[in-house]
Amino acid sequence: MSVDPGANGTPLVEVDHLKVFFPIKQGIVIEREVARVHAVNDVTLSIAEGETLGLVGESGCGKTTMSRAVMRLIDSTDGSIRFHGDDITKAGRREMEPLRRQMQMVFQDPFASLNPRKRVGQIIGMPLRLHGSERKDVESQVRALLAKVGLHPEHVNRYPHEFSGGQRQRIGVARALALEPRLIVLDEPVSALDVSVQAQIINLLDDLQDDFKLTYLFVAHDLSVVRHVSDRIAVMYLGKLMEVSPAEELYTKPIHPYTSALLAAIPIPDPNENRRRERIVVSGEPPNPISPPSGCVFHPRCPRATQLCREEEPPLMRYANGHLAACHHPLNVSEDEIRGSEKDPSSPVSAGDRRPDATANAT
Amino acid sequence: MSEPLLKVEDLRVSFTTEEGVVQAVDGVSFDLAAGEVLAVVGESGSGKSVTAMTLMGLTRSPNARFEGTATYKGTELIGADEDELRRVRGAEIAMIFQDPMTSLNPVHRIGSQIIEQIQEHEGLPDAQARERTVELLERVGIPRARERVDNYPHEFSGGMRQRVMIALALSCNPSVLIADEPTTALDVTIQAQILQRMRDLRQETGAAVILVTHDLGVVADIADRIAVMYAGRIVEEGTLDQIFYDPQHPYTWGLLGSITRVDKPRPERLPAIAGLPPSLADRPEGCHFRPRCPHEFAQCTSVPPLEARLPGDAEHRDRCWLSVEDKRVKREVQPGEIGLVDKEGTPA
Repeated sequence: MSVDPGANGTPLVEVDHLKVFFPIKQGIVIEREVARVHAVNDVTLSIAEGETLGLVGESGCGKTTMSRAVMRLIDSTDGSIRFHGDDITKAGRREMEPLRRQMQMVFQDPFASLNPRKRVGQIIGMPLRLHGSERKDVESQVRALLAKVGLHPEHVNRYPHEFSGGQRQRIGVARALALEPRLIVLDEPVSALDVSVQAQIINLLDDLQDDFKLTYLFVAHDLSVVRHVSDRIAVMYLGKLMEVSPAEELYTKPIHPYTSALLAAIPIPDPNENRRRERIVVSGEPPNPISPPSGCVFHPRCPRATQLCREEEPPLMRYANGHLAACHHPLNVSEDEIRGSEKDPSSPVSAGDRRPDATANAT
Repeated sequence: MSEPLLKVEDLRVSFTTEEGVVQAVDGVSFDLAAGEVLAVVGESGSGKSVTAMTLMGLTRSPNARFEGTATYKGTELIGADEDELRRVRGAEIAMIFQDPMTSLNPVHRIGSQIIEQIQEHEGLPDAQARERTVELLERVGIPRARERVDNYPHEFSGGMRQRVMIALALSCNPSVLIADEPTTALDVTIQAQILQRMRDLRQETGAAVILVTHDLGVVADIADRIAVMYAGRIVEEGTLDQIFYDPQHPYTWGLLGSITRVDKPRPERLPAIAGLPPSLADRPEGCHFRPRCPHEFAQCTSVPPLEARLPGDAEHRDRCWLSVEDKRVKREVQPGEIGLVDKEGTPA
């Protein structure tokens, strides 16, 4: 991956050729597996200590499944997951327990993820209690955490319904921080919030990362919000990685046509800019992950697709700056860049070895 | 200016709750001309959806109180009886709801839901109504419409259901379309498809649109005029360019400043509006934005009227006591960014 072990620090999370398939069963007495949903289909990624990796894709691309698998909340079908060097792919409840405090999660819906019958103090204090803090210490720790996330420590005895969406999300963040984890998985943490409040939470997450040396896996459905938090961004489509890039480069130089389509689809809040902009609207919808298309999974919707894309899955090619993209007909790269690229070991096993044709593709 | 299609004057909606009287809409007035797209922008609790629902006669609560008027082609909508509303709803004013998953009836075929509306208003024979339905589905971009007309809602994806909703709304050629966050529940690539379709349909049908949204990107894409709402009131109103390039109200500055942009280098920190919107049961006296506003001064404790403050710009109105010169200086506090200074990071 772009962050080489030893260069920018040891990877905290290493996901190696991970597959998560969900069986579809039929039959009443004897259940037979009739098909499989290919939620995550051979993904290799790593997250360095202290880094924020943005994981972006539309509904059904497997981003949430991927983040749950990393948290060991669902079992993977194949491949491996390592956390700080330890293989946790098959780790059971007991083995995971000491690791649980090192990996925490913040959920999308601040209304559904807090128990309405518990006071804020109990919600934030619970992980502390479970992991052995003394009852008398818990309250002061909770108050400190509330202050950290920008809430009044006096609100420790209030219930979730007394808070607004943004404040509840702060409570969710405080709960995740309670055990001083190394990794926080943020599953669309701001998509349920108003724009002005989104900015507050993003800035808070930014500050906390510096204060606590946190590593973030930030899952999002579009490219606008992740940009402000991510060091690197991975774009997924139908269970596969399409592109992995240093954050800023993805916006100025998207290599994969899918990334470019995602960027073009975001309306720009500037009327003149909008009038000037060429509109490329990708047609169609993501296909069914039960039977993904042959070759490149994006080919049925891709404006650049050729016969080759239908037949052969492109490997993830590594361009300069650790920028990876899986496309036979890449955008925004010169002939020389294509010649200088090489197949990355993180490519799916099913991918071919064919390099993008430099002369035909250069843009 | 010709007679507006829809004229809303001093609309007030309040709900009596245990916490007291919640003033959800507080003196909203606007005109909608034929064929124009008016975007009503605001955050949760700003009263934008209640305004839209009230115009459709859908704010039904025994605790609700309505005041003011909304006249559509001479017909009063506020307090109209159900029979009268039934004639207008669907045929003259149609609505597209935010959530395509819950706003279609799951036990009826989509075709029959559209046919029902056509027959209710126009009494067409079955075959003709069905033919029109197939045409409508084709127009909103549903492939193989003739086969799919007999499908149930669960057989469609979210984007396709939203197209069905649009087809349903357009089925009787309404002159006004109220769209409440029509693309919020959709993925970006699907949102782009729906927005493009809405732009095309607007050209074809000439319907006026009230677009209720919190997304200024969508607004910049499609609106002609904008009304910015905050805590039940319109705080600023103007054309698309006036609001985006010469915003007068500090709340509008904040709103514009806090959106993320993919076409510009990212700022070190996202400009955020400090604090939270007030509770509608207990709103601050005077300007409701006062507690969050870094430019608050003595006069702000009395309510600023919504009026044109820029010389020679009668269309552009706002509710802020600051002088025009002051606003020019103050909104540029951060170089290159129209935004508020973070007054204090902690919400109340």
